[in-house]
Amino acid sequence: MSDVSAVRDSIVRASGVSQHYGTTVALQGVTLDVPAGLMVGILGPDGVGKSTLLDLIAGARKLQSGELEVLGGDIRSASHRRVLGPRLAYMPQGLGKNLYHSLSVRENLDFFGRLFALDTADRAAQIERLTRATGLLPFLDRPAGKLSGGMKQKLGLCCSLLHDPDLLILDEPTTGVDPLSRGQFWDLIADIRKGRPNMSVLVSTAYMDEADGFDWLVAMADGRILDTGTPEELRHKTDAADLETAFVRLLPENRRGSGVELDIPPLVADGEAPAIVARGLTKRFGDFTALRDVSFEIRPGEIFGFLGSNGCGKTTTMKMLTGLLPITEGEAELMGRPVDASDIATRKRVGFMSQAFSLYGELTVQQNLALHARLFDLPRDHAKRRIEEVVELFDLAPIRNEKSGDLPLGMRQRLSLAVAVLHEPEVLILDEPTSGVDPVARDQFWDLLVHLSREKKVTIFISTHFMNEALRCDRISLMHAGQVLVYDEPKRLADQSESGRLEETFIHYIEDAIAKQGGSEQPESADLLLGNAAQHAGSKASGFSIGRLLAISYREMKDLSRDPIRVAFASLGSVFLLLVIAMGISMDVDNITTAVLDEDQTPESRAYMDAFFASSYFTESAQLASHDDLMSRLRSGNISVGVEIPRGFGRDVRDDRTVDVAANIDGANTQRAGTVESYVTGAHAQYLQDLLRGQGFDPDELSTYGFESRYRYNPTFESLNAIGPAVPPIMLLLIPAILMALSVAREREIGTITNFYVTPTTKLEFLLGKQLPYIAVTMVNFALLMLVVVLVLGVPMTGDFLPFAIGALFYAIVATAYGLMISAAVKTQVAAVFAASILSMMPSVQFSGLIQPISTLSDAGQAIGTFWPASYFVHLSTGAFTKGLGWEEMLPSLLALVAFVPAFMLPAYLLLRKQAA
Amino acid sequence: MKWVRHIFWLGTKELRAVLTDPMMVFLILFMFSGMVYLQASAVTENVNNASLAIVDEDNSLVSRRIANAFFPPNFQRPDYIEADDVTGAMADGRYLFVLSFPPNFERDLRRGWQPTLYLDVDATAMMQAGLGDGYIQSIVAAEITDFLQSDGASSDSPVALQTRRAFNPNGTQRWFQAISAVLDFLSLVTIILVGAALIREREHGTIEHLLVMPLTATEVALAKIWANGLIILVAFSGSLTLVVEGLLGVPVAGSRGLLMFGAAAFLFAQASIGILLGIVARSMAQFALLMLLVVLPMMMLSGGMSPVESQPNGVRQFTWLFPSRHFLSFSHAIVFRGADLTLVCGDLLRLLGLGSAYLVISLTLFRRSLSASG
Repeated sequence: MSDVSAVRDSIVRASGVSQHYGTTVALQGVTLDVPAGLMVGILGPDGVGKSTLLDLIAGARKLQSGELEVLGGDIRSASHRRVLGPRLAYMPQGLGKNLYHSLSVRENLDFFGRLFALDTADRAAQIERLTRATGLLPFLDRPAGKLSGGMKQKLGLCCSLLHDPDLLILDEPTTGVDPLSRGQFWDLIADIRKGRPNMSVLVSTAYMDEADGFDWLVAMADGRILDTGTPEELRHKTDAADLETAFVRLLPENRRGSGVELDIPPLVADGEAPAIVARGLTKRFGDFTALRDVSFEIRPGEIFGFLGSNGCGKTTTMKMLTGLLPITEGEAELMGRPVDASDIATRKRVGFMSQAFSLYGELTVQQNLALHARLFDLPRDHAKRRIEEVVELFDLAPIRNEKSGDLPLGMRQRLSLAVAVLHEPEVLILDEPTSGVDPVARDQFWDLLVHLSREKKVTIFISTHFMNEALRCDRISLMHAGQVLVYDEPKRLADQSESGRLEETFIHYIEDAIAKQGGSEQPESADLLLGNAAQHAGSKASGFSIGRLLAISYREMKDLSRDPIRVAFASLGSVFLLLVIAMGISMDVDNITTAVLDEDQTPESRAYMDAFFASSYFTESAQLASHDDLMSRLRSGNISVGVEIPRGFGRDVRDDRTVDVAANIDGANTQRAGTVESYVTGAHAQYLQDLLRGQGFDPDELSTYGFESRYRYNPTFESLNAIGPAVPPIMLLLIPAILMALSVAREREIGTITNFYVTPTTKLEFLLGKQLPYIAVTMVNFALLMLVVVLVLGVPMTGDFLPFAIGALFYAIVATAYGLMISAAVKTQVAAVFAASILSMMPSVQFSGLIQPISTLSDAGQAIGTFWPASYFVHLSTGAFTKGLGWEEMLPSLLALVAFVPAFMLPAYLLLRKQAA
Repeated sequence: MKWVRHIFWLGTKELRAVLTDPMMVFLILFMFSGMVYLQASAVTENVNNASLAIVDEDNSLVSRRIANAFFPPNFQRPDYIEADDVTGAMADGRYLFVLSFPPNFERDLRRGWQPTLYLDVDATAMMQAGLGDGYIQSIVAAEITDFLQSDGASSDSPVALQTRRAFNPNGTQRWFQAISAVLDFLSLVTIILVGAALIREREHGTIEHLLVMPLTATEVALAKIWANGLIILVAFSGSLTLVVEGLLGVPVAGSRGLLMFGAAAFLFAQASIGILLGIVARSMAQFALLMLLVVLPMMMLSGGMSPVESQPNGVRQFTWLFPSRHFLSFSHAIVFRGADLTLVCGDLLRLLGLGSAYLVISLTLFRRSLSASG
């Protein structure tokens, strides 16, 4: 459709671009000139650096060396990237990778619209136009996470197109998408390009038939560019009939594969009992029926293919067969035995590979293989041999010692498969094992499957979206919406269509089924995409934008509201904590178990102990026999105090000779021991007064002076009054900090952080936008806790509430800023929880004046307390409640809290990167 | 014995997951060294460095003598302030105690007119207030008695009380604090490590993968418990030897082996709780909040911060469910009182019993949650 030979501008100009990760080379001296206004395909086997290159072009990754110009500017320059943001759109690899799964289709679109500063009317119009064109209109209110893979990709595309970009970058957009949706997807792209002929599209793909339709291709291998040109040129150069062959010929010798056409010997059916049987399988999740009355029989050694649109129930069926999902109705048998989740023996005979990568990312390839060999109880020698075999078979040797989490998708799929066959199972259940795997590797993989099936009689149950793979199966079954439409030999099915192509039959059956059901995600009219190419964005792109900030806040708020349990834990949980801790912490000591070693046994010695037991502080325990007895009972914790009254005590008292009494106190718990000691001294003093009174003196007259203690702020000296106001500051710091840190870490872990990398969002907008909802939640929490303190705990508020409340607002800002700071420094959610809780719990609980006033701590403790915001908020809280402080006295603490805002925000801002490393 | 091998090999994977994450390793090391030291040494005495001001309207020999009796480490050197400033200074939290001598105190004292001293106490500082009051009263009493005796008056009491503190004769606060600090971090880390490891497996779909292999939910759970428990036990023993005994100089009176055994039992119980939380929570955020709900009360109500005996009955029964409460009592008995097995077997049994109970509950829920996931 386009004339490439004509001189065109370049959208991308790369020279000597190299990128390394540890010892892995992702790109090596890539020099490339991509002409503008075309549909450009990037082809290559797994792990050759396609995604890295696209990441670099989109500005999502930091360029290490070389020069890279995108849309006429240096990608290294932050100011150019800012201009670039609104002009390009990037859809990363993985189904719905940059979508927010808890948000509905409309909310997702709305969010992207706001990010690109479309006004309300434009947004509504664009959303309507795009969803109508993609057939997503009926599903506007469905959460993105509940869409099928194809629909997710369409939604991702809509999100990318909202702002009418000049450059659209799609990283393997159709990997894992069924043929019908795939066709629709490319139709959609073609329509869009009709409407916007100047838009350039950059796509990486593993489907060669797709690449055939592109204008210009870049073939890559091992981080280098092999060749560029139109599909026609590439075919011509390599003298190949189709692009797939052409591509293979471009590859270096060692990556070409056998090149021999796969020969599948016919399946010898010898009347054995079927290996897998499904009879009337039905699965319901609540009201939703995922699978309805599915039946099939698979013979031993057969390769049975499962085809169908995304979300039609293929995965559900497989999970039921493996026992991962309980069967609602119907029966399933594996090798003649009914499926039983607790049947360990059967599991050893089955190999399962799930759709998502489910090996341990932190282990190397070798470690993963070794671990699985152990878990499947392979004998040591055998395990060693098997590992060597699969390493050889799947060409894993070069990546043997790399962490599997760092591998590109295709490599990981290979490893997963290697693990699935490691223990030589009799039945293999493979859920889209070749999604994202390049053609050469797919051929090798099928070689292996055929070998397993025909030589080893392994029964293979496989789901796929590739028609050429489906043709290799002995029989295939077509599924749609939880039902099997047809199942037969692939050749016979292909023959049903006019062109004799299986794909056509497939689409025909599914369209039929859709027509019968009435519901549809069919595009209403592609014409909607024509015209309307008004430049919506761009003008407001650079600089700080309140609109974008609020868009991020709004989205975060929505996300929070979709998880009411999290909100409930945060609010009701802190009320629970407040109640338990405030009631539980008490410094009052009573019921001190006390025993006497009375060697005197006179009325006088009895009287001495009566002074103790008259008070409710002491509880009498059985008398002691000896000093050893005393020590052993102290040691066992049986008593807290042992009093020794020596022989002759009564006589000495009568004779007015000073006599010594010893009180042995359990000193293990120093806090308690201090209080106990003061009570013991008190009881002793009481005895002395009683003694004087008995001798006819008035002790009051004998005393030389009076001493009066006035307990301020808490005259009754109740623990509750002191602790009640001091506990909320802990919760109001820890909870927002942890939630905040997790929120950013989560975006990083699931990949939506890309939206921050490639949109015009600035760091400050991102940080403040994420922060705002959590500040709001914290303030609600604050109000709730205050009500509980006043109404439930009954602590009166004697001071000014307003400065306290303003302090709470700043405290909320500080707490969330702290969370942001943590999140900017850690990579994973686990580390975020770990760091946020551990680093904030100790200073809040120990050093902020909850139990010990800061002025009484050691120097280090005081320093930590001084530089920790909780200290100041504790002061405000106790000030407002018990101390009855006003504005003037609270102002210094309030200002201190204000000062913490930049202290935490600045590092968070500096640590946050606008690009991946 | 196949299951033993499974648990062992699965556990090695857990070990690798933690040990290859430099951030985690750093945090664990920092916690069991720096943070334990900081927390243990922060509070040195029951009444430490308490801030005191004196309003001296008498300005006599005896008032100055009493003022001079307050010195570090228990008290800061007293400041002299005016009577009008008392309220403001205390509101700001500048002074915990203000001792006021009325005019003509010494004269009245000599004449036996029983003049009264006033002590203002900031009662929002719970522990310091009560104990400090007692300290001040006894210091004042001693000084006045001394003063009057040197004046010729005699007041020998017929019975003298000698109080002796067993196990920690000087009442060194850091001994107690050190053990509490180590215990706090043990509780926290075990629950986070084990629970988060489980959540992560679920979020990454690896748990499903495990369950199509010839493994049981019990094996998966036990592997997590032993591996994470081992990491923490090693950190604990290092912390005990190097930081608690070495740096902080806390003498361990009882058997170290027994202490380690008890710690292992405690870790088992905490890890079981971690598994339980990891199952109940549906996401990392929910887990983090649940963890706070459990760990904060454990830190504050197990006896390290305020005595368990002082808790109201309802709360005390509730805290009985905390393994940390029994482990604290267990470790106090061993470290300070030098107790032997016969004396602590009750605590040990409670730890093991609670641990088993939590494990059984979590395994039951684990199996159920796995069969219900989809």
